Amino acid sequence: MKNDIKHHITDQMLMGYSAGTLPEAFNILVATHISLCDDCRAQLASYDSIGGAMLGADNDALATMDTGSLAAVMERLEDCPAGATERAPSARNNTVPAPLSDYIGNDLSGVKWRNIGMGVRQAILPTSADATARLLHIPAGVAMPDHGHNGTEMTLVLQGAFQDDDGYFARGDVETADADVNHTPVADIHEDCICLAVTDAPLRFKGLFLKIFQRFIRI
Amino acid sequence: MSTREKAEKRSLWVDHMVRIHTSRDRAAFAELYGHFAPRVKGFLIKSGADASLAEECAQEVMVTVWAKAHLFDASRASVATWIFTIARNRKIDALRKQRRPEPEELTWGPEEEPAQADVIALQQESESLARAIAELPARQRALLEKAYFGDLTHSEIAAQTGLPLGTIKSRIRLALDRLRHAMK
Ligand SMILES: [Zn+2]
Repeated sequence: MKNDIKHHITDQMLMGYSAGTLPEAFNILVATHISLCDDCRAQLASYDSIGGAMLGADNDALATMDTGSLAAVMERLEDCPAGATERAPSARNNTVPAPLSDYIGNDLSGVKWRNIGMGVRQAILPTSADATARLLHIPAGVAMPDHGHNGTEMTLVLQGAFQDDDGYFARGDVETADADVNHTPVADIHEDCICLAVTDAPLRFKGLFLKIFQRFIRI
Repeated sequence: MSTREKAEKRSLWVDHMVRIHTSRDRAAFAELYGHFAPRVKGFLIKSGADASLAEECAQEVMVTVWAKAHLFDASRASVATWIFTIARNRKIDALRKQRRPEPEELTWGPEEEPAQADVIALQQESESLARAIAELPARQRALLEKAYFGDLTHSEIAAQTGLPLGTIKSRIRLALDRLRHAMK
């Protein structure tokens, strides 16, 4: 399964995740994809190494520690017994990878969906307000309304697949669409499609009715 | 200090981590602290923390290094990289007040010791990466530093430097390509 992923996280997003500058909603999507994709995991490690190299370098950003700082820290070390190994229990290959299950539980069937029309359902994840993460449930063969973006939209497929102008996206694949891309994703005919969609600005649907609609469904 | 001495000093940190992990060696920890704590504090100040918050967080980061020493794997990261990830997570928690979802851990064999050859290779690669970054043209290096330490997104960098976003992206890509090239 892992080798089937064809659409990956962009370098810009991986770098932002490594630097710790992305909104929480994007962090969820990146961490979920990496849980499924060893390519991006390796790429992330190389971005982390850049951060490490810059931290370790002799640079002009060295700060002076407060007086007594080391003594204070040494005192706190008493409280830490030698490492008991605390490895996270592996949940590999679960439908819902761990970084996402912290928000929605272990099972997609437990998600509390809300209908947003045309058979499409959504569930908004509780995250910081600078970006929005939502699960979308799109019935097999159904098209999402044609929409553009004010900002960046990333979509990660968890179940089923969808097709749009940019290609075919199946489980683990990520589509990244920047502002001014208009697209109409259509769920694959064989299975309902569930994806995690993250936006840092509201989507722009075409047409007045949809604009009004948009205010009610928080897309 | 000569380059060679520096290199030797850096690879020593792995040895420090081993001593901290296996024998809870406080002298080794104090030396590690002397090198990394001022760097972590500087990193947090650059990311927007005031001096007292940065001091507090840098202390916590170093306590975490002690407490989680058993999780450091020298075949997967340099000591500097490992401490960077701890400091980065602390930054998100303390400065941005957000959760940081982490990828699932890869499952390894039961308590497998990393092969010594892997450790040496990884640490050598970290060395050449550090050298390559030091040799970047000043402007490219400054942008990389802003992207990592300045808590700026690429578009915010554009706003601050007045450069178009596309230029920033390609500059950062260029810096990364040079690094990749230097690593080959
Ligand atoms: Zn990937």
